Amino acid sequence: MSALVTRALERELLVYVRTWRGYAFSSLVQPLLFLGAMGIGLGGLVEQGAGGLEYVAFVTPGLLAASALMTAGAESLWPVMGGVKWMGQFNSMVATAMTPGDVYGGLVLAAAARALVSAVAFLAVAAPLGGTTSWWAPLAVVPPVLLAATTCAVLAAFSVAQQDDQKFPLVMRLGIIPLFLFSGTFFPIDQLPDALEAGVWLSPLWHAVEPARDLTTGSPGPGTLLHLLVLVGITAAALPVGVRNFTRRLTP
Amino acid sequence: MAPGTDALVHARGLTKRFGSFVAVDGIDFEVRRGEVFGFLGPNGAGKTSTMRMVGCVSPASGGELRILGLDPAADGPQIRSRIGVVPQEDNLDTELSVWDNFILYGRYFGLPRPLLRERAEELLEFARLTERRDDRVDPLSGGMKRRLTIARSLINDPEMVLLDEPTTGLDPQARHLLWDRLYGLKRRGVTLILTTHYMDEAEQLCDRLVVMDEGRIVDEGSPRQLIERHVTAEVVELRFADHELQEKALPVADEVAVRHEALADRLLLYTDDGDATRAALADRGIDAVTELTRRATLEDVFLALTGRTLDE
Repeated sequence: MSALVTRALERELLVYVRTWRGYAFSSLVQPLLFLGAMGIGLGGLVEQGAGGLEYVAFVTPGLLAASALMTAGAESLWPVMGGVKWMGQFNSMVATAMTPGDVYGGLVLAAAARALVSAVAFLAVAAPLGGTTSWWAPLAVVPPVLLAATTCAVLAAFSVAQQDDQKFPLVMRLGIIPLFLFSGTFFPIDQLPDALEAGVWLSPLWHAVEPARDLTTGSPGPGTLLHLLVLVGITAAALPVGVRNFTRRLTP
Repeated sequence: MAPGTDALVHARGLTKRFGSFVAVDGIDFEVRRGEVFGFLGPNGAGKTSTMRMVGCVSPASGGELRILGLDPAADGPQIRSRIGVVPQEDNLDTELSVWDNFILYGRYFGLPRPLLRERAEELLEFARLTERRDDRVDPLSGGMKRRLTIARSLINDPEMVLLDEPTTGLDPQARHLLWDRLYGLKRRGVTLILTTHYMDEAEQLCDRLVVMDEGRIVDEGSPRQLIERHVTAEVVELRFADHELQEKALPVADEVAVRHEALADRLLLYTDDGDATRAALADRGIDAVTELTRRATLEDVFLALTGRTLDE
């Protein structure tokens, strides 16, 4: 990776700005629909709340983090295949002063940047609806931003090594969706069978939901930081693999 | 090392392997400043693999390669900053505008925006796309996209431009417009390296070329030199009503011509005097359905060198 990684980020952001309508639906309108349906609709029925919170306050940080996972996940599958194969823009990028590592690093940074925009917008709508109860809430954008970077670092490294998109729907159905449902997003993990409850430690989403919930409903503690460090650790482990895979694919 | 000071590309024993497959099999060539240098050969000859090594986007598996006097393995980004690349596929950002494509691509070289805006204006003109400046790339015609790709490759003011099959898939009018743009570049002193499997393109554009087949260079020279070296000045092409008649004509062929090539659908007679050959054929009662005399081309050179046609 070189300093030109910022130029790869520039490309992603330019495409984001030029095609924002499509993104706006998947990364903002969709989580707000979920918030309306789950937080307010379903939440009205859940009188005891969840985890000692009003249901809408419980589910807001869950949706905040989960939508970062969903959006970054989808963006790190098909668009990566597009860049290396269908449209080939990544190939034109490495014909310049940039390296394959720059292209990859730019994707990771862009996933984080888009997640930041979505998280700010989502919190701005959720807060007046009772979604947040703490003054720490603005800092709750950090976990989804970090999670988006982690997701992209891992999945883009995977996608670029594939010959086609055959496995991508499986990644969504068997990877992303179960994480989405069972990472303490919609209900506390102590509702899970004991065997699964320990398994939640393996979910990157849970490591974003927990710190986000600390920040929207209480205050950060050592646990908050520990969760975020897990995400940093996964990202740091994925980066060299991603650089290697992008280099192999783009400069064979 | 020590390649000649005017050699922009210097290759000795250059090799590219993918697993056990040898795509480029120990080739030697040199490209001099200011010339148009071509790789002519059929699909799969190793032209693109060679171009990708020269473009520093594919490491050589063996041999020596110097570009602009630098080592691609160590100085890839530095070399790529000084060359332009037009790949076989256009690889444009189709959801962005023509203008955005110029600026964005220039940013990949770390160039500042004011400079890029200035260059993009000139290149819009060069590509004859000024009118389409703010349009998305997606709906542009194939010829326009190709011109945009070529113009975009000039955004870093390169000393050398690599063009991989620049006009494949374009209609004749779009090809001629592109050739005209490439002549323009040559006049400006830009060194061009191109691959093509069109012999007319190689003949029109190249000062010097190498003929490649199955990963090797089979000969090199100017189009004229190659034609003089391997074939006669003229070719008489005969088509017969059926294959039997063509077979019957074969014994006569070498009496009336220097050499012949029997293809599936026609018989080629190489001769220094087409009219005399045709007169001799008439005397011997050879009756073809169509008969024409043409100038020898690089297609004939390729046939003489490999026994195959370029589109086989």
